[in-house]
Amino acid sequence: MTRNTKILYAAILMFGILGPILFPAYTTQIAMLWVMVLMASTWDILGGQMGYNSLGNITFFGCGMYISAIIQVSMFYDVGEYTSAFGAIMPQFTDYEYFLGLGLGIVGAGVGAVVISLLLGPIVFGLRGPYFAIGTLAVAIAAGQLTGTVDYIGGGGGISMPFFPLDINSRSIFFYTLCFVLAGAVHCLLRWLYSTQFGLAINAIRDDEDKAESMGIPVLRYKQVGWAIAAFFMGTIGAVYGNMIGFIEPVEVAFPTATFGIFMVAMALLGGKGTLWGPVIGAVLFTIIKETTWTYLLGWQWVALGLILILNIVYFQQGIMGWLQEKYPERFGIVVDDISDGGKHE
Amino acid sequence: MILVMGENMSNSLISVKNVSKAYGGVKANIDISLSVEKGSITGIIGPNGCGKTTLFNSIVGYHPIDNGSIKFDGQEISKIRVGDIARLGMIRTFQQTRIYGKMNCVENMQISVSQRAGADFSMFGNRKGESRDRAEHLLEFVGLHSKRHLISGDLSFGQQKLLEFAMALMNEPKVLLLDEPTAGINPTLINGLIDRLRRANEELGITLCVIEHNMRVIMNLASHIYCLSNGKMLADGKPGELQNDQRVIDAYLGGH
Repeated sequence: MTRNTKILYAAILMFGILGPILFPAYTTQIAMLWVMVLMASTWDILGGQMGYNSLGNITFFGCGMYISAIIQVSMFYDVGEYTSAFGAIMPQFTDYEYFLGLGLGIVGAGVGAVVISLLLGPIVFGLRGPYFAIGTLAVAIAAGQLTGTVDYIGGGGGISMPFFPLDINSRSIFFYTLCFVLAGAVHCLLRWLYSTQFGLAINAIRDDEDKAESMGIPVLRYKQVGWAIAAFFMGTIGAVYGNMIGFIEPVEVAFPTATFGIFMVAMALLGGKGTLWGPVIGAVLFTIIKETTWTYLLGWQWVALGLILILNIVYFQQGIMGWLQEKYPERFGIVVDDISDGGKHE
Repeated sequence: MILVMGENMSNSLISVKNVSKAYGGVKANIDISLSVEKGSITGIIGPNGCGKTTLFNSIVGYHPIDNGSIKFDGQEISKIRVGDIARLGMIRTFQQTRIYGKMNCVENMQISVSQRAGADFSMFGNRKGESRDRAEHLLEFVGLHSKRHLISGDLSFGQQKLLEFAMALMNEPKVLLLDEPTAGINPTLINGLIDRLRRANEELGITLCVIEHNMRVIMNLASHIYCLSNGKMLADGKPGELQNDQRVIDAYLGGH
């Protein structure tokens, strides 16, 4: 790790810790920033590093959210009763019930999302290119619609998540910390992952999958593992997000295909897909743009966002990191080594 | 019976028997039989469209064959898929050269290590140490060491061809099938490549099976050559024998 990288990490850590203390009014917004960083980074495992543009990663977000909700409620109450006539029982979870349920819910959400990804994998990984994108998009939409039909878990009406038992100020800090730690964990994991043979293998699949297969790389296994890692963290962050928002329902909150499902792709493209930092930079910029337009251009915010997306896709496909690499290749170690070859050969 | 016994006793690594393959109405391979001896360099020649690449694709499992049998080291492989055959130790290169274009040369090499059972490979293994040294050594072997940090897609076609060859060596296969290794490479580089192919065969003990159009190259390199024409096996023999075979000369000059 170079000195500059260390300074960068220190700065991010400082901002992560001091942000909500210095700007308490923006705690939830900064928490959302970390959620976005996590989403873009995990999307990039397949979308950027492996060349499989999934539009359906949001599936795991929603599944995680619902799995967690079901675990949290069913440990102490009957889910059908809890969700049916909203308000029929308004249980007050004790500290112990709440935090035990939440902890197990988050873990269960991650594990459940991994299981779902492993079940879906053999089906969707038979598709390539645009077919994979549309196939995964269909999975996400179907998941949202199907969830809405199950009355036992609240149907289209959704579920009111258990109330946070401690005081209201510590609530936002608590969820903020979860988001920050999860995003940080994802970044560190990916940083290591991309430095291993796994990173090379998924890059090889991106560049030429048939060649990779003919060289004996078990491509399906790599695709499955890559997607499972993304699914695990999308599931856990879904569980955290659901509890942070406090109320979940299928279309807008749990499976927001047209918003977060697309945002995570847009962020990775903006920052530069297929790089470790691209999705992070993209997520930060995107969040700033989004929050600014929502505040100052209300009514036009979708137009502004769409315009940026179009400019990005038409004129700036390589994204920020890709552009930097083109402009300063030597900074990325892309150099001809003059000394080493000098006359060593016959 | 005597014939079968004779073949079993022989030292053949790849044994193709009566293989046919048709694409729709086009009969690309008709009743082809050949054998690649362990440790040898075997050549396959024939005019364009005679079915050489189809035969390669059949051997490495790219498509199912219509009938016949293909054995690798005694094991029937005509029903096994590409990845599994590659993991048995049979690696091929492509006529159109396929490398991982957005990765640098060293990365291309490192991901090409063998994934055979028992090979020292783990999914989350790091990329330093022995595999890195071997990658650098082989890049030096093909003369790409100074370019090793460049993005491989930016290399010239000839250099990409050399890289693909080095990647195949990195895999330490038992047999390497090369589809026109010298096509598009300049004449001075061709001599170097022949030398490297021969060294790979002698020093690393890799059996080679080479499709080649350049007669000077294949006559120098191979110990046994098969000639295909119109999807059929036309002739086979030692380079000298084939050079004087009227049927081969006719096929190349369009005499059929």
